[in-house]
Amino acid sequence: MTRPAAAGLGAAILLLILLSLLAPWAPIRDLMARDSTLAAEILIQLRLPRAILALFYGAVLGASGAAIQALFANPLASPDLTGTTSGAALGAVATAYLAGIASPFAMAFGAVAGAGAALALLLLLAGPRAETATFLLAGVAISALAGALTTLALALAPSPFAFYDAFEWLMGSLVDRSLREALFAAVPAGFAILFLLRLRRPLDMLALGEEVAQSLGHDIARLRLQVVCLTALGVGSCVAVCGAIGFVGLVAPIFARRLSHGHPGRAIGPACLVGALLLLASDLLTRSAPLGRPLPIGVLTALLGAPFFLWLVVHMRWRFVR
Amino acid sequence: MTAIVTGEALALEHRLLPTNLTLEAGRVTCLIGPNGSGKTSLLHALAGIGRPEGRVLIEGLEPRSLPPAMRCTLLSFLPASRDIAWPLTGRDLVALGLPPGNPATAVDALLEKLDLGGIADRRADRLSTGERSRLLIARALAARPRLLLLDEPTANLDPLWQLLLTDQLRERVRREGCAMLVALHDLELARSFADRLLIMNEGRIEADGTPAELLAGDHIPRVFGIERAADGWRPVPRFRPADRPPSP
Repeated sequence: MTRPAAAGLGAAILLLILLSLLAPWAPIRDLMARDSTLAAEILIQLRLPRAILALFYGAVLGASGAAIQALFANPLASPDLTGTTSGAALGAVATAYLAGIASPFAMAFGAVAGAGAALALLLLLAGPRAETATFLLAGVAISALAGALTTLALALAPSPFAFYDAFEWLMGSLVDRSLREALFAAVPAGFAILFLLRLRRPLDMLALGEEVAQSLGHDIARLRLQVVCLTALGVGSCVAVCGAIGFVGLVAPIFARRLSHGHPGRAIGPACLVGALLLLASDLLTRSAPLGRPLPIGVLTALLGAPFFLWLVVHMRWRFVR
Repeated sequence: MTAIVTGEALALEHRLLPTNLTLEAGRVTCLIGPNGSGKTSLLHALAGIGRPEGRVLIEGLEPRSLPPAMRCTLLSFLPASRDIAWPLTGRDLVALGLPPGNPATAVDALLEKLDLGGIADRRADRLSTGERSRLLIARALAARPRLLLLDEPTANLDPLWQLLLTDQLRERVRREGCAMLVALHDLELARSFADRLLIMNEGRIEADGTPAELLAGDHIPRVFGIERAADGWRPVPRFRPADRPPSP
């Protein structure tokens, strides 16, 4: 990625964070006039966590998407299409509603375990360099299984309100999270991003094939394990706090590879920035939806992302996307 | 002749029996053998692919003792597959062969030398297989490794490029004093290209000598089931592929 591109993306992200804190401006202005401490509290307790979550969740989806795509040598791999996000949702729901442990730490642990299990299952079912069709079928099967098991877990839950409780969370939402919850997602996500960035070169070498990467001393089995664990940690902890948000992990790396000149590993850094930008922008869009109430962000990314995915599949043909 | 590469007791699962091998500086060694005879397995074992047993020393250094960023200066491997999954340009593809932090000018010089300047800025995944082959060979040469392991480098190349490439490779091996082991199927190309020939059969090296000796002896009819005729090679009479011993 060139310096001007990085600077441009960075500036756009800063601008969106600022907008995320200040928009809508009218209530803040009115409160400032009456009670400036209350206005500051709203900024810090309500809007700051939302901006932090959008920034880190978007960035970790971008980084994980780029790493998974590089690992599977497939531009259609992403945390949602591999079943990672639905596995994480299943893990969190099972922990909270079946095991009855609703502490954020336990839910995050469940989500990370669920995400890791889904990715490991995909590697087992489809193999590390599967044909696109096999790969997508295995991913769809795992997503469907995790979705069905999530519904089953909610149906079997002792609490009669489990479905209602979990509904908004399952659709993905950044609203009404505390600063503590935001940090709970952001710290593991930041850790996962830092370590995924260190895998850039081996993942670039994987573009030349597993044999060449191995001949250069890269341990492919360990690389796979690292990507699976880091993706599960980053995406899992964000899903535990915000629910599943789809398509950002698919779209961000595709744009990022334009900035990394096609290098799959080097796309991880730009994919972080593009992912953060997409989620911050989507979050701002949900606030201006003309529905009288905010649109869940997971619904918005799916509404925008699904047609983009279809467009990729039907019109662009694989090699153009790459 | 200085031996710069030694492989001791190399073995790879059940496909390659324990093998000892030395390769000399400045000489091209070609590896021939029927399908499944263990050519690729021997290249893999030398390149450290697939957890091989045994020990490889290149100028006294064990490749696995070097970090990945430096290992490309010691050995490089060209696999038989020419697939590229990502939209890299020719120049970027070749640059992947260099240790990190090398100047782009090194790549441009190599591309010019191998007459690849015209496709340097084109997407490698959209080139013909032959053009992609030449880029991948340039990638393998980029870091000037001491040992070059090439699996079928001339596959997909037209006759002119087969000759030009083998000339360039031989000239490079002589000039840089590195060692080269090349798996080939084309016996006539092996004759003109190789200084030394190894015939592989059933997971082991069956014969080791000059191309003139080995191609005229009885190894070829026995191992490949073909014999020399007035106009080239033809199947040995009464020999059917099913009679050939199963590959290990």
